[in-house]
Amino acid sequence: MTDTISTALKTGQMFINFGPQHPSTHGVLRIALTVEGEVVVKADPDVGYLHRGMEKLFEARTYSQALILTDRLDYVSAMSNNLAYCLAVERLAGIQAPLRAQYLRVLTAELNRIASHLVFFGTFSVDMGAFTPFLYAFREREMILDLFEMLCGGRLLYSYIRVGGVNADLPAGWTEKCREFITFFKPRLKDYDTLLSFNPIFRDRTVNVGRISASQAISWGLSGPNLRASGPDYDVRKAEPYCVYDKLDFKVPVAQAGDCWNRYYCRMLEMGQSVEIALQCLDALAAADLVPGEIMAKGVPKMLKPPAGAAYAHIEASRGDLGFYAVADGSLNPYRMHVRGPSFLNVAILQEILTGCKIADVVAVLGSLDIVLGEVDR
Amino acid sequence: MTTETIQPLSEPVFNHANGRLLMPDNRYWPSRKWESPWSLPAYRSGAAVLAGLLSGAAAAAWLVGELGPRVTPLYYAAGHYALSLGVPAFLIKIVWTVIKAALLLAVPLVNALFAVWWERKISAHIQSRLGPMYVGRFQGCLQTVADGIKLFLKEDIVPDSADRLVHLLAPVVVVIPAIMVFAPVPFGRELIFADLDIGTVYVFAVGGVSVMGVIMAGWASGNKFSLLGGLRAAAQLVSYELPRTFAVIPVVMLAGTLNISAIAGFQAGYWGGLLPRWFIFYPVVGQVAFIVFLIASVAETNRVPFDIPEAESELVAGFNTEYSGMKFALFFLSEFAYVLLSCLLMAAFFFGGGEPPLPLLGFLPSWAWFLAKTLTLMFCFLWFRWTFPRFRVDRLMDFNWKFLLPVSLLNIAAAGVLIWFIS
Repeated sequence: MTDTISTALKTGQMFINFGPQHPSTHGVLRIALTVEGEVVVKADPDVGYLHRGMEKLFEARTYSQALILTDRLDYVSAMSNNLAYCLAVERLAGIQAPLRAQYLRVLTAELNRIASHLVFFGTFSVDMGAFTPFLYAFREREMILDLFEMLCGGRLLYSYIRVGGVNADLPAGWTEKCREFITFFKPRLKDYDTLLSFNPIFRDRTVNVGRISASQAISWGLSGPNLRASGPDYDVRKAEPYCVYDKLDFKVPVAQAGDCWNRYYCRMLEMGQSVEIALQCLDALAAADLVPGEIMAKGVPKMLKPPAGAAYAHIEASRGDLGFYAVADGSLNPYRMHVRGPSFLNVAILQEILTGCKIADVVAVLGSLDIVLGEVDR
Repeated sequence: MTTETIQPLSEPVFNHANGRLLMPDNRYWPSRKWESPWSLPAYRSGAAVLAGLLSGAAAAAWLVGELGPRVTPLYYAAGHYALSLGVPAFLIKIVWTVIKAALLLAVPLVNALFAVWWERKISAHIQSRLGPMYVGRFQGCLQTVADGIKLFLKEDIVPDSADRLVHLLAPVVVVIPAIMVFAPVPFGRELIFADLDIGTVYVFAVGGVSVMGVIMAGWASGNKFSLLGGLRAAAQLVSYELPRTFAVIPVVMLAGTLNISAIAGFQAGYWGGLLPRWFIFYPVVGQVAFIVFLIASVAETNRVPFDIPEAESELVAGFNTEYSGMKFALFFLSEFAYVLLSCLLMAAFFFGGGEPPLPLLGFLPSWAWFLAKTLTLMFCFLWFRWTFPRFRVDRLMDFNWKFLLPVSLLNIAAAGVLIWFIS
């Protein structure tokens, strides 16, 4: 083995396998880096290490069985996946979920967005070398997971949102706990800003790093905070409101610069907006016109058999525009189920923006795109 | 022997309304009390324990008194006794040197045992955790001993692609200077291993040798990430050596000596009977020198925000990726040894060494003050580490060459003006 080592001085380029086993790739992403010293000359994201054949698996499940597969796509925000899938199947079968279920869907999806962005905040800070915010973020996320556990028994994979409605109504004491969490969480957002967001070292590492222009972002098909940080003001919740988002009052944070810091800060602001949405949902759920227990559409059969046809539904998930395209052939199983995963499209732009970055920036750019490999590889 | 009863965890509550489990009430949830921790009994009792420990330590230090002036007569008495027994003088000298060397070796070892535990406790409390709580009964105080034993028993893995000899030598090259460097550093009045007149130069010169070990480790591991880490370490440690040394020059100019204990002794006394004559209180020059020295010291010890050579999220663990067991422990040992050294130097150069901060606090011996100042400064190191993100490698160099170095050079000029002004 030792005779392969040459002691001669070399000044050429070096090839580095960044991942799949690397602490900062957030899973099993591999980036084939060619570096000259510390500068990246060429970067090739290589996906597929977590491929489970999800879209094929959908075809071998009935519509209600297939729901559990959606949890395993973007496992950091499983509620959004449940929601997008159920919306697509409901559109296919012509089912309308009751209003209370729709509020519950929005409430849980927004709480899950906060949990998901907290994971982003924590892991991004670890990528930047600050370990403490990570534990703060997970402390808060733990409370959301506790709330979900009370609600549906699951802490990571919920399968809470079902075709035709939701699995269960709010248990006793849940609303108070949720409000307690929100009163605790709101001031923490300011803590995060003082601890990390406006730290000069952090800003130094993220401002003007990995810039994506608006046209680049659109042509690479970015969505979610990654897109909005570059300028385009596109949010499915506003553009094509689903569930009850048209009745809720919230803002969509948009930035112009498109660098790592703006992508990061867009998510921080989104958490604040999600808190507002959750509060409005809690108020609406407490109002008299929504009868507790009315959480399932009437007459949804256990073995759902939608008529032959196709339907597409997309939502604003934590990582962007998540869509499900369902094709039915009139049988119990879907004929085809296509998933438009935002992470998969977001990861593709790496090959363009990583060129010319430092190795330390690779981590920053990758972290700021906030990908989940379960969704990239499916 | 009494058997401990283990409190069972409270059971999840079964919610009959929907047939689900409700988690036990507020076990992990912050309540209103969380907003003001002092209302929590745990905080109050913790503070009481801490105050008790501090006052107990102060009382013990007061009872023990000055150590330095006692050691010298002891040495002469023992020497005379041995001479009267007919032991040759050179043998006495050798035995005495061996004793001193053993004590010198103990400094970084004991320091690492304590500092690792302290770092873990402090980081835990910064991060709303508890840290080690089990080993050694009181707050997991023996956790480091357990970890040390674990590291001793670990298999020593050398990668196939490694250069075996250099891979073996690297931790040795790192750790030997880290021990030697403590020789001219005072731990109190007359409490010093070797009272060198060029102590300051010696410390920086010997401490610089450790860089070689880091580069060797990075190169010999046969791992690209380690190599990058080693190269970064070389660049960073060599560049930060400059402002660090230049920051001390004003102190040397003002004190007029390179002897570290003499510099510490020079700062005895008080202005107006109240403000200590420490170098940190010299207008502008003292503060600038201290801040430059502090920043450069953090960079020299490879700690956050300057932990670029071992940047975990980028280079996995940099130059010590391929080290395991005791070799890894040696790197760890030298890191904490250099942290201690930096804190001792800062205490000696800028905070008056063993001088008490107020005249009426002079009843405590000088080594106690030295220790207290060192530990406080060490807390700052840990505080930085668990608060800041990491610099990027090129910004780090910019910061050094375009900011710290010019500032430290200007500070030398300012020190000249100050000396002219004083005289």
